[in-house]
Amino acid sequence: MSGTHAHTAAFVRTSEIPPSLPPQNEGGVGRWMRENLFSGPINSILTLIALFFVIRLLIFVVPWIYSGVWTADSLSGCRAVLEGARGACFSVLTDRWHQLLFGSAYPHDATFLSFMTGVPVEDLRFTSGVRENTNFFQEFFFGYWRPVLAFILLFVAIAPILYQDLPRKMMIFTGLYPFVAFWFVWGGSIWLPITLLIGLGLAYMLYSNLAKQSFFMGVLAFLGVVIILFLNPITMVFGLLDFLRDLIAAMGWERGDNSMMLADRFQGAASIFPLNAHVVEFLSSIIPIELQSVASRDIGGFMLNMILGTVCVSLSLPLGIALALGRQSNLPVIKWVCVVFIEFIRGVPLITLLFVANVVLAYFLPPGTNFDLILRVIIMITLFAAAYIAEVIRGGLAALPRGQYEAADSLGLDYAQSMRLIILPQALKISIPGIVNVAVGLFKDTTLVSIISMYDLIGLIRGPVLASTDWNGVYWELFSFAALLFFVICYGISQYSQWLERKLQTGHR
Amino acid sequence: MTTTTDPQPASFRLSMLLNDTRYRSYTFQFIALIVLILFMSSLGMNLVTNLAEQGVPFSFDYLGSPAGYDINQRPIDYNNQDTHLRASIVGVMNTLIVAVLGCVTATFLGVIAGVLRLSNNWLIAKLMAVYVEAFRNVPVLIWILVIFFIMTAALPSPSAFRGDDPASSMLFNSIAFTNRGVYIPWVQFENGFDSILVVPPVFADTYSISFLGLFNINMSLWLVIITLLCGIYMAVKVAGFIQQNYGRAFALLPGFVRLAVYLAVALGPAIIVYAILLSANGAESERSLRFSLSINFVVMLVVFLLSLYVSRLIRDWAIAKQQITGDLPATWHMRIAVIILPTALTLFWLGAYLDYPALRGFNFSGGLTIRGSLIALWLALAVYTGAFIAENVRAGIQAISQGQTEAAGSLGLRPNRIMNLVVLPQALRVIIPPLISQYLNLTKNSSLAIAVGYMDVTGTLGGITLNQTGKAIESVLLLMIFYLTISLSISLFMNIYNNSVKLKER
Repeated sequence: MSGTHAHTAAFVRTSEIPPSLPPQNEGGVGRWMRENLFSGPINSILTLIALFFVIRLLIFVVPWIYSGVWTADSLSGCRAVLEGARGACFSVLTDRWHQLLFGSAYPHDATFLSFMTGVPVEDLRFTSGVRENTNFFQEFFFGYWRPVLAFILLFVAIAPILYQDLPRKMMIFTGLYPFVAFWFVWGGSIWLPITLLIGLGLAYMLYSNLAKQSFFMGVLAFLGVVIILFLNPITMVFGLLDFLRDLIAAMGWERGDNSMMLADRFQGAASIFPLNAHVVEFLSSIIPIELQSVASRDIGGFMLNMILGTVCVSLSLPLGIALALGRQSNLPVIKWVCVVFIEFIRGVPLITLLFVANVVLAYFLPPGTNFDLILRVIIMITLFAAAYIAEVIRGGLAALPRGQYEAADSLGLDYAQSMRLIILPQALKISIPGIVNVAVGLFKDTTLVSIISMYDLIGLIRGPVLASTDWNGVYWELFSFAALLFFVICYGISQYSQWLERKLQTGHR
Repeated sequence: MTTTTDPQPASFRLSMLLNDTRYRSYTFQFIALIVLILFMSSLGMNLVTNLAEQGVPFSFDYLGSPAGYDINQRPIDYNNQDTHLRASIVGVMNTLIVAVLGCVTATFLGVIAGVLRLSNNWLIAKLMAVYVEAFRNVPVLIWILVIFFIMTAALPSPSAFRGDDPASSMLFNSIAFTNRGVYIPWVQFENGFDSILVVPPVFADTYSISFLGLFNINMSLWLVIITLLCGIYMAVKVAGFIQQNYGRAFALLPGFVRLAVYLAVALGPAIIVYAILLSANGAESERSLRFSLSINFVVMLVVFLLSLYVSRLIRDWAIAKQQITGDLPATWHMRIAVIILPTALTLFWLGAYLDYPALRGFNFSGGLTIRGSLIALWLALAVYTGAFIAENVRAGIQAISQGQTEAAGSLGLRPNRIMNLVVLPQALRVIIPPLISQYLNLTKNSSLAIAVGYMDVTGTLGGITLNQTGKAIESVLLLMIFYLTISLSISLFMNIYNNSVKLKER
């Protein structure tokens, strides 16, 4: 056929015609606008209304930001500069940034700052943000190098967890990071984190040797080493015996005698514990390396939110996994304990748990025990997050096909092995979006500590900053700043989670 | 064929407790139980010791003493001479008010934003995405505080409304936005009935049951609570039984009769026990539980419910007619008339009129005052939760495969009927469970009221009462019980719903 045509046709093109442009109104911006903005009468009206509001908002906000004042030293100063015009008073941020980020009383390292900038210490005036002879970046990176370095290292530490392509060796730093960050933020002798690290390392080695035979023996050994090194085993044992005696007496089976408590009788023996306290004391006396130590109540600002967020999320993950496994367990006692715990925590608002941390927890501890409010809050928020994470992971466990459990059993794996090697890796993968949601929610919820009068970012804004005579009335700038900080982090986390979800998609669940 | 039998197990050895899978689970559970009991009892003993040291017994008696503080937004009558119990009840009602208002508004916002986010209008879809992301990624506390500062710092004071040429004027001449709150018109009745003050009787007996010397609650109260729990359990069982055996016949009864049956089973025994115990032990009027029953409101409610029922009957009649003739008679005008006419007539009969707020002295009076703190909390919770609901709605709609829409279209259904009959019923199955857990979150987040001084139950019982009396454990315990009750009842409702809409497969 084609042959005959070739002879009959007068003209045959040998090259392809380049595609011609679509008609003017079928391409380009015009078509896009017609299809996406004005595809019908209702859509056109909606577009116009939306445009009207967007433009109104921009006209309102952009000049306000653009003519913002950055250098005044109080609200009245801002007003003087603005001379009646509308404009933001961002000076509050330049004046109080150190407070908003690190808390009112976090120490400012003048020695290091003067070392790095060459300005003598007595010339460094740093009272409420008014700087002489230094600039913001010098103050930020050198004056507050401890929390800033801890913050930067946080990204190094979580990088190998977030990106599986990075060298696995980096996980070593991830393991070290909590101790490093603790030392930077709280300061004190370097030997405390180092002995903690060595002790935990010992416990881990014992665990990994024993876990080859029996997972539970390994866990028990780990706990045993931790208790002997860092806690008071003698007091604990005798305290338990005393307690049992009291309990029996309280039930009326036996009259409790008034003789001395066992725990008191063995005070001398007990005083050698906790072991690591002595080691720290000894090492610090020989090689004193220490940073200025910071009391927990001096930690505040956005740093407090970051600390609560990261610590509680990382602690609540293992606890949440344990609770989820417990809830799926076929041992009724374990199962019901987990169910009651999870449902109880999920049923009450975080605020009531923070009240518990603030005013109630002390009643349930042995008389005379008293520990940091920040630690109590960490415990309660961790329990709170663990219950939610447990529910997410339970969903993941339930979504795994039964065959996976049966396959693990038929390989002859015991419970711990089948969970660690077969079930959890898959279940956790399914649960990632949910876990990230919980993490984002938890990070936002750390602002609630301002209600039990801890000075986190919100607490600082509402308390010291807005209540000061200089900045009384600068709501928008401060709250926009806080909202921006939280938005950047939370949005970043959720974008990461979506990326990870796409990456882990293996075609089937 | 030879059968191999397991060798007869040798007599029980102690090591089998750890090594034999048959016994190991018992060992673990036994150990876990012992540890748990030890842990719990050590907490309990510490509590007893600490309380004894401080010399404050664990008791709820403080609820009966005068609260001594004022509550600015109160749905029921309260003054500072009333008891802490009364203050807590006001707090509970305030919590419920903001929760209900918030849930309704959040649903409204969320559904609109969720649907519009799927709109093919690029600008609208992007705007909705910005709304959702901005509100989901910023703590709700910040939104509450921001709106609260708008309400208190940016709005004019009532004095700005004064004079011939006031700086601010009322919206539609009837709503005033001031920094003390928003004043809106409210319905009053010219020749309505007087309200009745109800003071519920409580037990006067002193028989008390003590739990480890910790609790002292009336024995009678215990009995009523236990009967109530049994009644609820029985109602659930009865519902299951009826569904199983007489499901079809029971469904023919009108809805309120069915509801009445369940309520009677659930509450009946408790009410009978309550009445018997009251007559046996003597009653005492408890002023803290007083409430005024508005007869006008009851009349309106009854009329409205009845007209709803009649409207429903009309619909049933229309559907029955459609079954026979194939044509669905148009009944919407009848149904609207049946609902509106009786209600309007009753309003007219009671002499209803709108009471407008007016500036008197330094402040507005008349109408209804909504404090800025309530508005801040309400709006912030609604907008924040709305963003989450929008995502749920979007996910629900996207979960319905395109094939469903196409199949419905090929059956000849019109687009709005496709939405109503095919897509929505399936999407709701996906949307409603997360929606209800969002309601739950909103209710729990309403405890942030304490940040703006709205007196919800956290602000009264967990705030001022706790600080004044120092009764931390009791107050936090009651607070937790309150929130747990709400959460658990909502999850109960959700389970029932999930079971009823669950795909019946295989």
